[in-house]
Amino acid sequence: MSKSKSRRRIRLTYRMREALNGYSFVILWIIGFMVFKLIPLIQTFRFSLNQVTVTATGIRLTSLQWANYTRALLTDPTFVQLLIEYVIETLVSVPIVIIFAMIIALMLNLDFKGKGFFRTIFFLPVVITSGPVIQELTAQGATSVPGMSDSAALAQFLTGLPTWLRNPIDYLLTSFILILWFSGVQILIYLSSLQKIDKSIYEAAAIDGASSWEAFWKITLPSLSMTTLINAIYTIVTLSHFSENKVVKYIFSQTYAVNGGIGYSSAMSFLFFIVLVLIIGLVALLMRPGKRD
Amino acid sequence: MKNISLSNLKTFFLGSRTDYGLIIKILLYSLLIAIGFVYLYPLLFMFITSMKSPTDLLNPMVQWVPTEFYPGNYIKAFHVLNYPRTFLNSVIVSVLPSLIQTMVCSLIGYGLSRYRFWGKGLMVALILATFIIPAQTTVLPQMLAYKNLGLLGSILALALPATFGQGFRSAIFILIFYQSFNSLPKALEEAAKLDGASDFKIFFKIAVPAGLPAYIISIIFSTVWYWNETYLTVIFLEGGIQTLPMQLSKFVQAYENLYPPGTVNIFDRLNEAVKLSGTFLNILPLLVLYFVLQKWFVESVERTGITGE
Repeated sequence: MSKSKSRRRIRLTYRMREALNGYSFVILWIIGFMVFKLIPLIQTFRFSLNQVTVTATGIRLTSLQWANYTRALLTDPTFVQLLIEYVIETLVSVPIVIIFAMIIALMLNLDFKGKGFFRTIFFLPVVITSGPVIQELTAQGATSVPGMSDSAALAQFLTGLPTWLRNPIDYLLTSFILILWFSGVQILIYLSSLQKIDKSIYEAAAIDGASSWEAFWKITLPSLSMTTLINAIYTIVTLSHFSENKVVKYIFSQTYAVNGGIGYSSAMSFLFFIVLVLIIGLVALLMRPGKRD
Repeated sequence: MKNISLSNLKTFFLGSRTDYGLIIKILLYSLLIAIGFVYLYPLLFMFITSMKSPTDLLNPMVQWVPTEFYPGNYIKAFHVLNYPRTFLNSVIVSVLPSLIQTMVCSLIGYGLSRYRFWGKGLMVALILATFIIPAQTTVLPQMLAYKNLGLLGSILALALPATFGQGFRSAIFILIFYQSFNSLPKALEEAAKLDGASDFKIFFKIAVPAGLPAYIISIIFSTVWYWNETYLTVIFLEGGIQTLPMQLSKFVQAYENLYPPGTVNIFDRLNEAVKLSGTFLNILPLLVLYFVLQKWFVESVERTGITGE
């Protein structure tokens, strides 16, 4: 009995030593998470419930309770408008990015000469996409598909549509290439999961008489379902965090505005965060890989 | 005889099970070239417009080929951007946090991959959460704290979060290292442990060299993303270090300071060609980096196995 007890103590100390060593590797992150994420998050939330005045000695808080939130949602006409546009644009962009990335990855997964060259082209935007660059390119009209957005017939057609339908289409036309530019990383992720699919499954299907069309729907697509979800979330997050995002820009401008202020922009940040989580939740719910029997 | 040649023809055009036919190949290449052109159109447009002289800009006949070689826009943009200075700033602001971030994220990824400890699952979940949390919800208290400490406008404002694994997109880099250390064999490390090597010694002598590809990928991606990141740099560095993208976003203002609108002749007014020259100068270092290291960029996902669930 005593033997088993001493053995247990050694095992326990071994586990504890392992844990201690593990903590010594990750301790920096734990401190960093507290100092740079958790505490600022709580503080921002506190700001959002107050009127924040920056004085020479520090900051002064005047409690407003939920007034900043009601102001953002009920009084401020711009914020809600931008938030709705952001949601629609994100929900329009994500399927485009996903489908485009998948098609390109499927093509690049084939065997042909010059594969590396095309891969280099399709990844290029990831390296150069920054807020000011995109802003300049959009301002010069370089991000719309050439010859499409400036056609008179199209403009005529668009003016006949209701606003809620016109805005997303207009967005699509003026920044179509820009949306595609957000698919570089996703193409690579798709490619690497395509390469992981076992070739022998395709051979077995071919022997059973499946065409490559059937093989795509029955083998390739189901194998990519998890990857698609990861890519969708990645796309949503990068689109939402991008510094040219309208909501992000508005919150930023309100931080320094005379009638805005830190408290008000904090409240809007939290509302934006909630909407972002809701979008991710919705997409994850729609795209979660089903259980296959 | 006729039958055989017909099937040969069919194979030639439509392909067989082992080889794509001519039609499929033509289709594939034309599709890829067409999409590639649309994809690169903004860059082509930017480059060609930036080479146009003011007369070419006004001439509707000049679309794709400028009539003369005109570097004037670039000379102006070079001055407006204060290029040597802002370029150097951008290099410092992107490389330094990137090196720190890579080192720290590798430590964290190694800790997660090799050790069992209480709260590990929670930690991974929180790391993923930090990827989603918008910067807007955490950045203001940090900014105020930096202001009190007098760090606003200094590189430390960006380097400090990176030192604690909270740099720009740190979550991705931690996951890269987590995955890549997971895929490395543990045998060598266990042998070294039996020989009495300390945990940190094992990490530096065995794990770091073995995980080198992940380090290179992490450094280059992190550098590029820090270079392009403007939201945090504007908040933390404004008034202090001026980076290239920050200067680009103030291009109009900077141009009018150098060439006041009332005093210059009509050809020296700010036009889109000068603006796009500035944009091109802004991405030029990244393009050079990309074409030198393109293998590392496009093979990054495979080399680190980030998608391996």
